[in-house]
Amino acid sequence: MNQNRQALNEKSAFPTSQKQRVNYRRIWKLVVFLTAGVSLLPLIFITVIDYQVTQHAIESEFLSRTTRTVSNTRRVISFFLEERKSALNFIVHDNDLKTLETPMRLANILENLQNSFGGGFTDLGIVDSSGYQTNYVGPYPLKGKKYSNQDWYKHVVKQGTYISDVFLGYRRAPHFVIAVKKTMQDGSFFILRAAISITPFEALLSNLELGGLGDAFMINHEGTLQTISRNYGNVLGTLPLSVPKLSDTSQVYEGENIMGHKLVIGYRFIDNSPFILMIVKNKTELMKSWFQTRLKLIAFLIGSITVILTVILWTSGYMMKKIKIADERRLMTLHQIEYSNKMASIGRLASNVAHEINNPLAIINEKAGLIKDLFVFKGEYAKDEKLMGLVDSILSSVKRAGTITKRLLTFTRKFESSLEKINPGKLLDEVLGFFQREAEYRDISLNLNVSENTPEIESDRGRLQQLFVNIINNAFAAIDDGGRIDISVGLKNKHQIFILFADDGCGIEKKNLHRIFEPFFSTKTGSGGTGLGLSITYNLIQEIGGEIGVDSELGKGTTFKVTLPLKMK
Amino acid sequence: MRVLLVDDEIELVSTLAERLSFRGIDVQWASTSAEALAKVENQCFDVAVLDLRMPKIGGLALKDKLIKKYPEMKFIFCTGYGSEEDFKAIARQVGEEYYLVKPLDIETLVEKINTVLEQNLKE
Repeated sequence: MNQNRQALNEKSAFPTSQKQRVNYRRIWKLVVFLTAGVSLLPLIFITVIDYQVTQHAIESEFLSRTTRTVSNTRRVISFFLEERKSALNFIVHDNDLKTLETPMRLANILENLQNSFGGGFTDLGIVDSSGYQTNYVGPYPLKGKKYSNQDWYKHVVKQGTYISDVFLGYRRAPHFVIAVKKTMQDGSFFILRAAISITPFEALLSNLELGGLGDAFMINHEGTLQTISRNYGNVLGTLPLSVPKLSDTSQVYEGENIMGHKLVIGYRFIDNSPFILMIVKNKTELMKSWFQTRLKLIAFLIGSITVILTVILWTSGYMMKKIKIADERRLMTLHQIEYSNKMASIGRLASNVAHEINNPLAIINEKAGLIKDLFVFKGEYAKDEKLMGLVDSILSSVKRAGTITKRLLTFTRKFESSLEKINPGKLLDEVLGFFQREAEYRDISLNLNVSENTPEIESDRGRLQQLFVNIINNAFAAIDDGGRIDISVGLKNKHQIFILFADDGCGIEKKNLHRIFEPFFSTKTGSGGTGLGLSITYNLIQEIGGEIGVDSELGKGTTFKVTLPLKMK
Repeated sequence: MRVLLVDDEIELVSTLAERLSFRGIDVQWASTSAEALAKVENQCFDVAVLDLRMPKIGGLALKDKLIKKYPEMKFIFCTGYGSEEDFKAIARQVGEEYYLVKPLDIETLVEKINTVLEQNLKE
């Protein structure tokens, strides 16, 4: 039975090769991949380059800013030391030893120095060539102290002027010493020694605006802290970083502390002193502004990628949809041409067969007729009922075969489009003739009800036949054995007639109802359907200026409603 | 009343002639148009039953030749080719002739012949 239904279904008339479809999804993926690649790769490349260039520029900026800070601070410190050294030089040249050994005078000078140079000068002392401090003004009882064994004394004797490291000394307070030697005409000498507190230094360094958790301090050449450091300990502590290499200019390099944090370290050796100015900044803190820029850059990249991908996906999807529709239309046209050609070929074949059969049939008819005539007219065997019955049987079979060939001729006669007067009821009756045998086998009741007021219409017979066959084929495929198909024809209005094809078959699901006339839509693809039968029907109706609609209820049946114009334009 | 049957199927035309003669019709037959034209040289026919499709000269062409000789001759056409509706189109061009589709029903043919002859008598 299924085979019968498949044979009835005109959709199976198309060869499978015709149904091979283009893989649009694969093409779409390829287009998206290529377009995205071509547009995104340069964007990502440029963004990465920009990222690196910007990062490098910001890092360079921080390094050069640190270098400038180091240079400026060095100038201030050098000036501070030079100023005090010059003042002491002036004092030893302006006063003779005798005057300087006068306590009042020395106290007076100290006061003047403190008033003129601000903080720093703690005390003053005169040390003779044997190393004894012969005069002293200041807060500590240091008069008479012997310094001949101390480093600073040895250095000043040797060099004439000297600036010492920071040390605790007799007073047990961190300070450093600036000493100047004056050699007299008789070859003897004395030394003016000033102790200078590190407080002005520390004030100077702490006032620097460094940012990035910056730390400015001084060390000596051995790495001992000469001023307090925010991060690395107190005065005279050991700096937990390596001592930088000797250099005449301000230098900046990147290093790490013992915690592994990245540091930007700037330093400068202070001329004619044991001091090294150090400015240490936390690189992560410095780069905070870069991190924000980096976030913006990444956000821009992600935003751009999202926009580009959205546009690519949308446009390629839209274009692919258009191509698919165009392809389907083209395929549909090809199928329709193929369908028409096939129908025309079948028509020609059937027509030839009908004609070839007609001639021998005519001879059989006449010969049997003659036999009967001989029986009747000559009286021989006239009473032999069996013989007469046999001849009548031959004649009725010839008549039956004649009806079949006549119907074939009527149906296959025309495939070129032409307008003619058609009686719709009669045409439907002819078409139903082809289904009668099938209907008998399947016990299907075919009912044609033509209203008396149905007029003749002017239309294309070939197309009408095709579309009636298509719709009835569909109904046959939808109904079970013992079902029924009711066809009603009547006048709809003064311009149109209606034809209803109602079956009591399986019906069409509501969700599919609006799609059944779409090309390639089929619920029977597994059984050889191409999804083109109703689409072709729809086109045929359009061509002859009619309309088609459908009502269906799942499990109850389907009604196709065809409207045809009385006069085809 | 004399009838001329012309059909290229000899088996058909001879049998048909025999059957018509059983029904009291004076009938002669020919299997080609040339043969038919030869027959009308010697005898006069009231009705000609012509097959539409014959080699060389078809039924319609033969009719044109015959009508020139006997303008009062009536014609009935038959064919196994095409259908009644096809012929209607031709009939509209050539006149109100009768037409039968093969296989022929002998009684219908006799009836047609009689009808044509009656028309002839009226005219």
